[in-house]
Amino acid sequence: MREIQVSTITEAVKKLCMDAAYYLPNDVYESLKAGRETEESPVGAVVLDQIIKNAEIAKDEDRPICQDTGMTIVFLEVGQDVHFVGGDLKEAINAGVAAGYIDGYLRKSVVAEPLFNRKNTQNNTPAIIYTEIVPGDKIKIDVELKGFGSENKSGVKMLVPADGVQGVKDAVLEIVKKAGPNPCPPMVVGVGIGGTMDQAALLSKKALLRSTTERNPMPEYAQLEAEICENINKTGIGPQLGGSTTALAVSIEWGPTHIAGLPVAVTICCHAARHAEVVL
Amino acid sequence: MAETIRIQTPFTEEMSRKLKAGDSVLITGKIYSARDAAHKVMTEALARGEELPIDWHDKIVYYLGPTPAKPGDPIGSAGPTTSGRMDAYTPTMLDQGIKGMIGKGSRKPEVIESMKKNGVTYFAAVGGAAALIAKSIKKYEVIAYGDLGPEALAELTVEDFPAIVVIDSEGNDFYEIGQKPYRKL
Repeated sequence: MREIQVSTITEAVKKLCMDAAYYLPNDVYESLKAGRETEESPVGAVVLDQIIKNAEIAKDEDRPICQDTGMTIVFLEVGQDVHFVGGDLKEAINAGVAAGYIDGYLRKSVVAEPLFNRKNTQNNTPAIIYTEIVPGDKIKIDVELKGFGSENKSGVKMLVPADGVQGVKDAVLEIVKKAGPNPCPPMVVGVGIGGTMDQAALLSKKALLRSTTERNPMPEYAQLEAEICENINKTGIGPQLGGSTTALAVSIEWGPTHIAGLPVAVTICCHAARHAEVVL
Repeated sequence: MAETIRIQTPFTEEMSRKLKAGDSVLITGKIYSARDAAHKVMTEALARGEELPIDWHDKIVYYLGPTPAKPGDPIGSAGPTTSGRMDAYTPTMLDQGIKGMIGKGSRKPEVIESMKKNGVTYFAAVGGAAALIAKSIKKYEVIAYGDLGPEALAELTVEDFPAIVVIDSEGNDFYEIGQKPYRKL
């Protein structure tokens, strides 16, 4: 049994929040540059130049890439041989989020209650925390900062088995077209297929943790990712003001589902596809 | 792209009506930030017959909620938020004399109708280019609703703030114009 002080988790989460807000993952940066090379619209090219320059300024000066530093999603993989000591794990994670957002000059964008009061919690907590128990004695923490310009354009479609591959393609494209220029394209599109409605949505969030240059290990899904991405790039939405670079990548994660169902969830992420990971 | 047009505030209806969808502009002077919560508070105040904290005539509103400024900086990262969320309040606000709006994303038909009536221009700043845009903001001063934090109504002093006319005062929509040649589906 490996003992881990929860204060270690607080420090790790704090750093991950700040790193994710300032430093665009290199794969996303490279995908933006590749998109700039092939962009057909002159206005689209100007927009991509600004986006690339923005990422460079943010990295060089430790500034948030975007003013919407998001709602904080924490994915925790905990080895079953780990024993947390020194306090409550959930509180430790939220303490890390609060410290990261306050000390890192990130925007606090979370309201405690969604409908009647909408009072800002002033420290971006609580984070949304997903915990998975895995073999071993390590802990993997992934932090995703999810902006809501793109989150508001995400969606779920409860397809039926007969809808098949074409149904999935159509469902994703419909959600992307409806989003149009609003979610700050070029976007990264996370797709979750299978499970239940909530499981599909979670898979679509997890899909955003994958590198934009890495495809699904199963060839059928890898091909589907490529085909959907190609279709999205034919919509004309482009980098906000029209063009050929609408999506940098489509990442699909799938899971077992019911004989009667084919849930499809799409999480749309803006070009500032911010996440950071550490293994302790 | 055509030549960049320089705009010095105040931004009058005459200036607004000269701009065309697709024009690239650099704005210098004063602009005013307000987003969801400030719009709700302002339209509620108007409904009660109260005066607003500022006279919106010939002003430009920027849909913005910045990150906190680091010590020594005037403002943190400061890119546009999605304008569509303000659509429900916009016709009321345009009747207050606003002549320019800066944000990102498409607008509802009733907003475009109100823009045509009032001679208003809608500009887009590049969504997510928040650290870059902040370079053109020299001063950030909260005017009202400070309790709303990043959603407060504030006056921004800007120099060469980069934006593009997406919907002009005749209702021409550059989102549509810009997308069409690249739409292959």
